[in-house]
Amino acid sequence: MAAPALKVEDIHKSFGTIKVLRGISIEAYEQDVISILGSSGSGKSTLLRCINLLETPTAGKVFVKGELIKMQEMRSGERKAADRKQVERIRSKLAMVFQQFNLWAHMTVIQNVMEAPVNVLKISKADAKERAEKLLQRVGLYEHRNYYPAHMSGGQMQRAAIARALAMEPDMLLFDEPTSALDPELVGEVLKVMRDLAEEGRTMLVVTHEMGFARDVSSRVIFLDEGLVVENGPPKQVFEHPKSDRFREFLVGAF
Amino acid sequence: MDVQVIIDNLPLYLQGLRTTIVLVFASLVVGLLLAIPIALLASSKSKWISALPKAYIYFFRGTPLLVQMFMIYHGMGQFEAVRESFLWVIFQQAWTCALVAFALNTAAYTGEILRGTIEQTPYGEVEAAKSCGMSNAQIYRRIILPSTFRRALPAYGNEVIFMLHGSSLAGLITIVDLFGAAKIVNARNFVPFESFIAAGIFYLAITFMIVWGFKKAEHHWHAYLRPRES
Repeated sequence: MAAPALKVEDIHKSFGTIKVLRGISIEAYEQDVISILGSSGSGKSTLLRCINLLETPTAGKVFVKGELIKMQEMRSGERKAADRKQVERIRSKLAMVFQQFNLWAHMTVIQNVMEAPVNVLKISKADAKERAEKLLQRVGLYEHRNYYPAHMSGGQMQRAAIARALAMEPDMLLFDEPTSALDPELVGEVLKVMRDLAEEGRTMLVVTHEMGFARDVSSRVIFLDEGLVVENGPPKQVFEHPKSDRFREFLVGAF
Repeated sequence: MDVQVIIDNLPLYLQGLRTTIVLVFASLVVGLLLAIPIALLASSKSKWISALPKAYIYFFRGTPLLVQMFMIYHGMGQFEAVRESFLWVIFQQAWTCALVAFALNTAAYTGEILRGTIEQTPYGEVEAAKSCGMSNAQIYRRIILPSTFRRALPAYGNEVIFMLHGSSLAGLITIVDLFGAAKIVNARNFVPFESFIAAGIFYLAITFMIVWGFKKAEHHWHAYLRPRES
């Protein structure tokens, strides 16, 4: 069997004395759509951010397509990426969508989508423009391509951010609570785009509070509690026969 | 009011105007080129890296421009090592001394403006750039600096006007800028009010152009910050 698209091995992460992740191991294969659930403070966003090294894990290993991300220990005892070029290359293959969209405010929508393909993937401006226009069409923002982010709604901004992520033609998409900052009426338009991507066979890791998405769209659900994996399995199994009381309580709170 | 004196001396004023514009423009260009690395270093998280540029900013903002200019124009010639080095080409002339003083001064103020706007770059935008695989240099070149320059525009417009008015100090060290021209006209004709109000009108006119230029620039570069025009 091919190496998993992503393998996280015994990841720990502490901020000062606070242990946020306390030994997490997960694997994702191609075309997996994994929903990561958990109450706030359970470490789910931190886990996602450890994967593309926006946070450096305190201990543990991350493999992307079988390739270990090299880390080194500094004199202070903290770890950091050992090979910046490697991290940049791997990040360009793992596109991330953020809770707060994080679009580049001084660029128009289409400039946002073209930026990284031109400067990181080094494709020509004409090709990047064509790619961007197709993607914006797809997320329903072609008419808004020359808008600045501040001139759009949250749902539109998040769809633009998804287009920006797709423009990298990534091997995997990382979603960090993509609908948590949106008005309830705007959540649907973003989820619809994400459902389409899942159906297309994209490999996705989705940190979310959307139980409907986790149950209906994902191929696997992981539930974190206090920095540990408590549930890990197909949504049907996890939702219908949870092993832990903690997840049962969480479900009662969620619905 | 003796308007005739001013009309008769118009060529002298125009010469002063030209000197003022060239001096201010050159100082601003050199100052801005110095300010960018100063701001980048001053905004470093490492105290070791930011200490020196911060000390520079503190010194040049902490002492009057006049004192700085006198130290350079009158003070440098005191040292034999300076007189015998290639630097003497710069420090023996009033014009280049004024340029050095003004450029170093505006570099400190501009550096501080940019340091502030660099540090206020929304961190999410930097993380988004990282997550796309951009290198640090690319993140600065493509995201942080373009965003910084836009947000720094209004404060920088203020600094440009400040520099224009500060440049009148050049008239105190034999340079015939606008203020220097006014001094000469006054000395020859003893009409202080007319001499200096004429210079003042020229300063007003240049300020007007600067304000207009920055208004245009802000309109263009701040489109993303304004409510959408329907």
